[in-house]
Amino acid sequence: MNHNDYSEIQGRSPGYIALLALLGVLILAGLIAAHAMETEGHHITGMTNQIVWGTPHVFAVFLIVAASGALNVASIASVFGRSMYKPLSRLSGLLAISLLVGGLAVLVLDLGRPDRLIVAMTTYNFKSIFAWNIFLYTGFMVIVAVYLWMMMERRMNTYSKPVGLFAFVWRLTLTTGTGSIFGFLVAREAYDSAIMAPMFIIMSFSFGLAIFLLLLMGLYRGTARPLGDKVLLRLKNLLGVFVAAVLYFVAVFHLTNLYITQHHGVERFILLDGGIYTELFWGVQVLLGGIVPLFLLYHPKLGRLRSSIALASVLVIVGGLAQVYVIIIGGQAYPLDLFPGMVVSSSFYDGVVNSYTPSLPEVLLGVGGVALAIAMVLVGVKVLRFLPRSLADAEVDPHHGATAEATAGQAPAPAGA
Amino acid sequence: MNEDNNNTDLARRRFMGGLAAAAAGTALAPGIVLVATAEAKPADQAVTSKVRWGMLIDTTKCADGCDACVRACNEENGLTRHDDPLRDAQWIRKVEVENPDTGYTHAFPVMCQHCAEPPCADVCPTGASFKRADGIVLVDKHICIGCRYCMMACPYKARSFVHEPLHDQKSYMPRGMGTVESCTFCVHRVDNGETTACVEACDKDGHQALVFGNLKDPNSEIARRLAKYGGTEIRKDLGLDPGVHYKGI
Repeated sequence: MNHNDYSEIQGRSPGYIALLALLGVLILAGLIAAHAMETEGHHITGMTNQIVWGTPHVFAVFLIVAASGALNVASIASVFGRSMYKPLSRLSGLLAISLLVGGLAVLVLDLGRPDRLIVAMTTYNFKSIFAWNIFLYTGFMVIVAVYLWMMMERRMNTYSKPVGLFAFVWRLTLTTGTGSIFGFLVAREAYDSAIMAPMFIIMSFSFGLAIFLLLLMGLYRGTARPLGDKVLLRLKNLLGVFVAAVLYFVAVFHLTNLYITQHHGVERFILLDGGIYTELFWGVQVLLGGIVPLFLLYHPKLGRLRSSIALASVLVIVGGLAQVYVIIIGGQAYPLDLFPGMVVSSSFYDGVVNSYTPSLPEVLLGVGGVALAIAMVLVGVKVLRFLPRSLADAEVDPHHGATAEATAGQAPAPAGA
Repeated sequence: MNEDNNNTDLARRRFMGGLAAAAAGTALAPGIVLVATAEAKPADQAVTSKVRWGMLIDTTKCADGCDACVRACNEENGLTRHDDPLRDAQWIRKVEVENPDTGYTHAFPVMCQHCAEPPCADVCPTGASFKRADGIVLVDKHICIGCRYCMMACPYKARSFVHEPLHDQKSYMPRGMGTVESCTFCVHRVDNGETTACVEACDKDGHQALVFGNLKDPNSEIARRLAKYGGTEIRKDLGLDPGVHYKGI
């Protein structure tokens, strides 16, 4: 596939404009919510001195984790040399940057003092993983931007492989940093685990690819460009592997905790009697976000239907949001154990399960971040050549016809080739 | 890192002091120069690590139903209530602890434990959470961005986030909406050679359950009582070396 096989989308249809307008409204609503939080104070949110990270953090962490995962498609092409993924690399990079910007916007606007962003960018405590993340996040955007340039500028194409490798290593580090925000919290029983970092990496693979798949199908449908089964079925199989891997990590995380007597309380809370958190864990994260997508993706008939692939991707995203919600909010809802083995109470809600209800400003801010990410992609594909004109089977795999015939020919006598 | 903070702080204070003196000098008649600002004790005496401020809480002396320390703290530091207990700042609280096996119950105050290895300072991205050389853990309200990571990291639930606009603040204890705060060991009093508001209130009520002092001075009351009667710390297992010690837990 050469340079001319990519083109901007026209972006003049009423549907495109209406979608952008809707996203604009959602972004504006998010900004208004953030402004209200900054001027009125965080008392207008559902957050308290017990649940200090709320719904905006769920959206922000989800988007940031998904951002690094969205780059995977490009990495598979340039780092692992799978040529079929190459035409998708540009979109993969664009989506990665967009999701990260959306997530960071939410994270920053939820700060108590977002106006002091310049302080965060100039004053560092290098023992803090947060400080490192500031470098990892900004560095990621720069590196992926350079990577896109290497891919999109013909003269620079030869450098796209080493830059792609660097971007891949960087993204693994980035997600390790995000997972470590929780892994490094020694006092919180729900976190405090080295497995958080690799679990976040595999979560990023899954969430990022699910978003990528939906976006790919949506863009090609919306622009009436051909999208063959070959690439789609390859991607959905990969998504299935990632979904299964997330379930595996979740199982290992909880099994390890179940073996540690000290952690029985928090495990009981999440797995058995934590109310909304238990329901979200089993019902949404595991069943809807894990088992159902696996069934849809690997069912011999359903797995080939685009509607199934789209539904599975949506479910992976919903399950992913639930997973991040259970980790972030559920982990804080469970009381800190100041006096192990004792029954504790105070005016500051010691020893009780903390309540939390998401408020409208928090949800608006979170959704605004999602809208910003989507809008960036939509504008990106209109102004630059991110999308191949065709992803028909014959385009993505020149041997497609020949292979099919050869396979058909081989059927009676499966030797040779 | 902490030394740096202290130096910066000191330099800033000296600079501000100089500015104030210069301003005062220009405002007054020629020949009369006001220099008192530059002579304030904290500004010209650096905090040193020869002192480690700490507190001993004798839970056997802490009276049931008494919350004099909590009220004194709120009053001293201007922690106004907004009838929103989930969000109102609480720098010190009385915690009731019951042993479920024996039924033995007692209550005592818990606040920032002023750890030697404070997790809040470790996780703070900007270094706003920091430990002074004398062991007092503080938040620099000028560079706190309100990320609340310190609240996630503190094992003692000692910190509060300012959720509402503030009014009628105390001049010696500036607070800020959108920033995190916690017990300062009444640093403004300690730097003037006084004790903390909670200790004063407890003594005034005749309980004498709280002792504040220099842990590094073997002749201080706190060091002598710890040496004689012993004490322990909350979540000692975490190895954070808190400056607040308890007797009877």
